[in-house]
Amino acid sequence: MKNHENHISSDTLNWTVLVILLILTTISILAIKMHLGAFTVALALILASIKVTIVLTYFMHLKFENSLLRIMVGGVFLLFAIVIAITFIDYYFR
Amino acid sequence: MTHSTTAEPLNYLNHKTGLWSWLSSTDHKRIGLLYLYSITIFFCAAAVLGLLMRIEKIAPGQTIMSAQTYNGMFTIHGIIMVFIVVIPGLAAVFGNIMLPIMIGAKDVAFPKLNLFSWYVYISGAFLGLYSQFANGHSPDTGWTFYVPYSAEASSNVVIALTAAFVLGFASILTGLNFIVTIHRMRAPGMTWFRMPLFPWSLYATAWIQILATPIIGITLLMVIAERTFHIGFFDPALGGDPVLYQHLFWIYSHPAVYVMILPAMGVVTEIFPTFSQKPVFGYVPIVFSSMAIALVGYFVWGHHMFTSGISYESRWFFSFLTFLVAIPSAIKVFNWLSTMYGGSVDLKPPLLFAISFIFLFTIGGFTGLTLGSLATNIQLHNTDFVVAHFHYIIFGGMGFAFFAGIHYWFPKIYGRMYNFRWANISWGFLFAGFNLLYFPLFVIGIQGMPRRYFDYDPKFQTGEVISTIGAFILFIGLIGMISNLVYHSKRGAIAPANPWHGVTLEWQIPSPPPHENFDEVPVITREPYVFDHPHTN
Repeated sequence: MKNHENHISSDTLNWTVLVILLILTTISILAIKMHLGAFTVALALILASIKVTIVLTYFMHLKFENSLLRIMVGGVFLLFAIVIAITFIDYYFR
Repeated sequence: MTHSTTAEPLNYLNHKTGLWSWLSSTDHKRIGLLYLYSITIFFCAAAVLGLLMRIEKIAPGQTIMSAQTYNGMFTIHGIIMVFIVVIPGLAAVFGNIMLPIMIGAKDVAFPKLNLFSWYVYISGAFLGLYSQFANGHSPDTGWTFYVPYSAEASSNVVIALTAAFVLGFASILTGLNFIVTIHRMRAPGMTWFRMPLFPWSLYATAWIQILATPIIGITLLMVIAERTFHIGFFDPALGGDPVLYQHLFWIYSHPAVYVMILPAMGVVTEIFPTFSQKPVFGYVPIVFSSMAIALVGYFVWGHHMFTSGISYESRWFFSFLTFLVAIPSAIKVFNWLSTMYGGSVDLKPPLLFAISFIFLFTIGGFTGLTLGSLATNIQLHNTDFVVAHFHYIIFGGMGFAFFAGIHYWFPKIYGRMYNFRWANISWGFLFAGFNLLYFPLFVIGIQGMPRRYFDYDPKFQTGEVISTIGAFILFIGLIGMISNLVYHSKRGAIAPANPWHGVTLEWQIPSPPPHENFDEVPVITREPYVFDHPHTN
C-alpha cells in the first residue's frame, strides 16, 4: 500500500493554534468565576471539546490525513457521543 | 544466543535458544506463545479456586472455608478469569500467532509494541495476583467492583483496580496493533473480502478493545480517586451516584463479552470449512454479522442494570437492543451448520470442540435472551441462573473455542501431532463435566438460589452436589487435555505442513513456521475458502 507524503505544518500555523488553545483555556478558567450555575459544566465541556478538535485537526494532523483515517476518528467520537447521550437520557427519564 | 545444531530445519522455535531469546523476542509467534503459557498458568490457578468454591458448596453451612474467604475466592477467580485469561485469551494467543500468517505478512505492524504489550499484560497480571495477598486482605468486591462497597471496603481494592487498569492498556495496545496490521500489511491481492474470517473477527474485536477499554480505565481511576481523595463520583454520601458507576462499568464490560466471544467465533469459523472440506457458507453475512455484533453489542450494556433503578424507558430500549444483537449471532450459528451440511465431515478433536462450542454457546445465548427479557430478568437477576448463563457463554463459548483452536493449530505451532484418542477422551470429560457443573445452576437459579452466597437453603443441595461432581469431572478433563498437549508438544509425531488439508495461508507454509513466515511474499488471487480437491475421509 502506498504511503502518503508527510505534511509539515508551518510555524505560523502551530503558533496560531497554540494561542487559540491558550485563549480557550483562559476562558475556561474565567468561566468558573462567573457563577453560571449548571451551565458552568456545560460551558467547560464545550470548550474542552473545541480544544480537543483543534488539537486533533492541527497538532495531530488529522486535517492532512486521508479520508479513511478521518472517518475512523469521526466514528469513534460519534460512538462516544451516543454512549454518553444514552447514559444521560437515562438520568433525564429517571 | 546460539543457533540450533539439530537436524531439524530452522524455524521460529529453534532459530534462537535461551530464556532471553524468548523474553526479548519481537516475533509475533513467540509473543503469542508467551501469552499462551502465561494465560494457561493463570487459568489453572483460577480453575483450582473455582474447584475449591464448588467443594465449599457441597453442603450447606461452612465446609472448608469461611464466608470471608469465599468472598475473596470468587473475587480472585473472577478477576483472574475475566481480566487476565478471557479478555486477552484468544486474541492475544491465536491472534498473535496466526493473524500475520493468515494475511500473508511477516509480522504485526509494530513488533516492539507487541512485546511491550505482553510486558504490560504480565505486569498487570502480577499486580492482580499481588492484590490477593498484600496486607492479608484479598479484595472481596466481586470482579465488578460495584460501588459504594468498593469505595468503602477495607480490602486491597485499589491494587486490584490498578491491575485491571494496567491490563486494559495491554488490551488497547494489542487492538491497535491488529487494526494497523490488517489495514497496512495484507499480502498483495488480499482484498478485504479475500481475507479469512478469523482475521475479520480479530478486526471487529480490536475496534471494541480500543473503543471500550479506555472507559473502564477512567472509571476505575475514578473509584481510586474516590477512595483515596474522597472525590464524590459514585458515593451518594459525597454527592455521587452509584448507578453512574454501573453505567460506566458496563459500557466497557458488556462489549468486553464480545472481545471474548468474537475471536472464538472466528476460530470455529476456520475449523468448520476445513473439517467439512467445503467453502464456508455465507462468507459475507459472517463478516457483516461480526461487525454488527461489535456495533450493536456496544449499546446493550443496560441489560445488566434492569433492577438497579434505571428508568423504564432505558429498560425497554436496552431490552430491545439485546434481542437485536441475537440476530447476527444466530446468523453465524446457521452459517456454521450450513457449512457442515453436505460436507465431508471429519470428526477430529478440533471439530468435536467446535461443535460443542455451538451447542454450549446456543444454550448460553438463549438463556441470555431470558435474562434480556424485562419480566423474567426481575425473577432471575442475581441468581445462579446468571452464573450458569455467563459460564455457558464464556467457558462454553470462548473456552471451548480456545480448546478447539489449540487442537486445530497445535500441529502448526509445534510441528508435532497430539494423541487423538487422548484428546477425544479428554473432550468427553470436559463436555460432560461442564454440563453437569453448570446446568444444575440454571435449575436452582430459577428456584431462587442467589449467586455469590457461601451458604444456602438445604433444598438446593441436590443441584449443588451434582454441580460439584461436574466440577471434578471437568477438572479431570482439563488435566487430560493439558497433559496430552504438553507431552506431545515435545514428543509427538512430526506433523506435516498441512495435516487437516486446510486452504488458508497458515497451512501453505512449513510446520512450525519459519522465523519470518514466508520465503516469498504470497500473492493472493482468490477467495480464502476454495477447496480445489475435496478430500473424502
